[in-house]
Amino acid sequence: MNTGTQALSNRATTAAVAGNFDRRNADWYVDKLIAGLVFVCGISAILFVLGIFFFVTREGIGFVFEKMDFREFFLTPYWSPSDAEDPEHGILALIAGTASVTGLAMLVAVPFSLGAAIYIAEFATGKTREALKVLVELLAAIPSVVWGFIGLVIMNPLLIKWFDVPVGLSVLNAGVILGLMAAPIMTSIAEDALKAVPDRYREAAEAMGATRWQVIYKVVLPAAKNGLLGGVLLGVGRGFGETMAVLMATGHAVNIPSSIFDSVRALTATIAAELGEAVVGGEHYQVLFTIGIFLFLITFIINLSADLIVRGIRKG
Amino acid sequence: MNTANPALFQASDLNRHNESVQRRYRLLFGLMTLLLITPVLLILGTLVAKGGGAISWEFLFSAPTDGMRTGGIFPALLGTVWLVTVALLLSVPIGIFAAIYLSEYAGDNWFTRIINLAIINLAGVPSIVHALFGLGAFVIFFKFGTSILAASLTLAVMTMPVVIVATRESLQAVPQAFREACWNMGATRWQTIRRVVLPNSLTGILTGVILEVSRTAGETAPIMFTGAVFFTPFLPQSVFDQTMALSLHLFVTATQVPGIEEHVPFGVALVLIGLVLTMNSVSIAFRMWLRGKKKW
Repeated sequence: MNTGTQALSNRATTAAVAGNFDRRNADWYVDKLIAGLVFVCGISAILFVLGIFFFVTREGIGFVFEKMDFREFFLTPYWSPSDAEDPEHGILALIAGTASVTGLAMLVAVPFSLGAAIYIAEFATGKTREALKVLVELLAAIPSVVWGFIGLVIMNPLLIKWFDVPVGLSVLNAGVILGLMAAPIMTSIAEDALKAVPDRYREAAEAMGATRWQVIYKVVLPAAKNGLLGGVLLGVGRGFGETMAVLMATGHAVNIPSSIFDSVRALTATIAAELGEAVVGGEHYQVLFTIGIFLFLITFIINLSADLIVRGIRKG
Repeated sequence: MNTANPALFQASDLNRHNESVQRRYRLLFGLMTLLLITPVLLILGTLVAKGGGAISWEFLFSAPTDGMRTGGIFPALLGTVWLVTVALLLSVPIGIFAAIYLSEYAGDNWFTRIINLAIINLAGVPSIVHALFGLGAFVIFFKFGTSILAASLTLAVMTMPVVIVATRESLQAVPQAFREACWNMGATRWQTIRRVVLPNSLTGILTGVILEVSRTAGETAPIMFTGAVFFTPFLPQSVFDQTMALSLHLFVTATQVPGIEEHVPFGVALVLIGLVLTMNSVSIAFRMWLRGKKKW
């Protein structure tokens, strides 16, 4: 009897709810509000990237449209933007500086970080592997200004002593510093790429009697190829955009280098060193922002291609 | 009776050759790993040897004297605390919400892919370009002037990917079944996130926040023209003041002060690197502890 009444009243409640489909209580509104807020934060990264492009362009565009001569800007190595009489704005030497330092850094970093990634991901086991991973992660955390300091006060005298050169702040110094800096980052990206190769590939190859090296060389590396290439590209992007370390370790002399012992000057370092002296809104100031636009576009292209290589091909 | 052919289980010449090739490569890559790590450890050792003597209570808690040639680093240390705190107040909430969107709301489509690309770019744009952005946007356009606020906003934009990536990973580690169980009880999406997903990923998010502290404290270029100055005799009183900062102080003492005592820049470098590495170690230790006690 009792249960019957209860069932009846239950049915009545259900009917009441069913008759009233509107379930917009306080929780519903909170949910919608939060969904909106979360969406705005979610697209914030896009807004920030657009904001960076907008504001850097806004400050530098005056020079691009009014005074910039593309041939002079990209193809002459004469840089004297603060000259009151006849300022010159050729960034070829600065591009050469950035390219030579980044190139040398990649020669140092790519083989070593790929080797280290293969060792950590495929050979090392247990505690050794954990310890190496932690060490690499800590190395990646060292701030760039500390690397610059190391180049300035430790590498500089060492290079002068070893190679008997007058100045130790050179392509070699900055390249090695930048290489040591980029290597841990590239190692962990490469290690992730190797780890993303499914274990069943390795097991299948091992079941066929392949040694560990044969598995790596014939199976794992081909499968991880895109991820590794993407990691190298991201490393190039980092090297290209590095500021403090190259400012302190290159010697900061406008120069197209003819040997690795020459001092050079990088694009990023030029902005860092000269922006403080440039009058806001003046020509020198606008030129520095124009270099900023150029750097933004280059790194954007590098990051975009890295992303396309890693994801685009995988998704087909 | 023993019928097994002993030769059957003996390594052939080819096997032996393959094994020795493998050993050689293992050695090669192991050496490469060592070569990658050793110089850095040597360098860190040198920093400790040359800067260790400079560190004292007085060095940490007094102001520079004699045109920055001697004295302590207190204003720079305090400035870094200001910059990091304000930057985190901005980047952590936005970063966590952004990660919630990516993990809990966003579908697997082109729009999400663009957001991911933007995050990669935000992390990959050169730090000096972030400085130009901070100068153009916060200092000049929004008229904050060169101030802690402008510098912290610049730092926040630059380092936000760290929080987003770490938070998204720890949100995605929460099993889907947890969410489904909660939805089945009639909870809304936000109630599920608030009561089930976030509590289960809180510690993971915290490791990301600690990493963010370390990244923010070490950056130099983005604050050079937006709020940090080489030297100021005043300690910052509000977010609209300029300040000194530890990372910039290292650059200044290493390059701009003639006749400085050698141990001063080494001491600054050691404090900065000690701060960053301690933060990172705490984050790593936290993550390992977390992995040990994971319930699912």
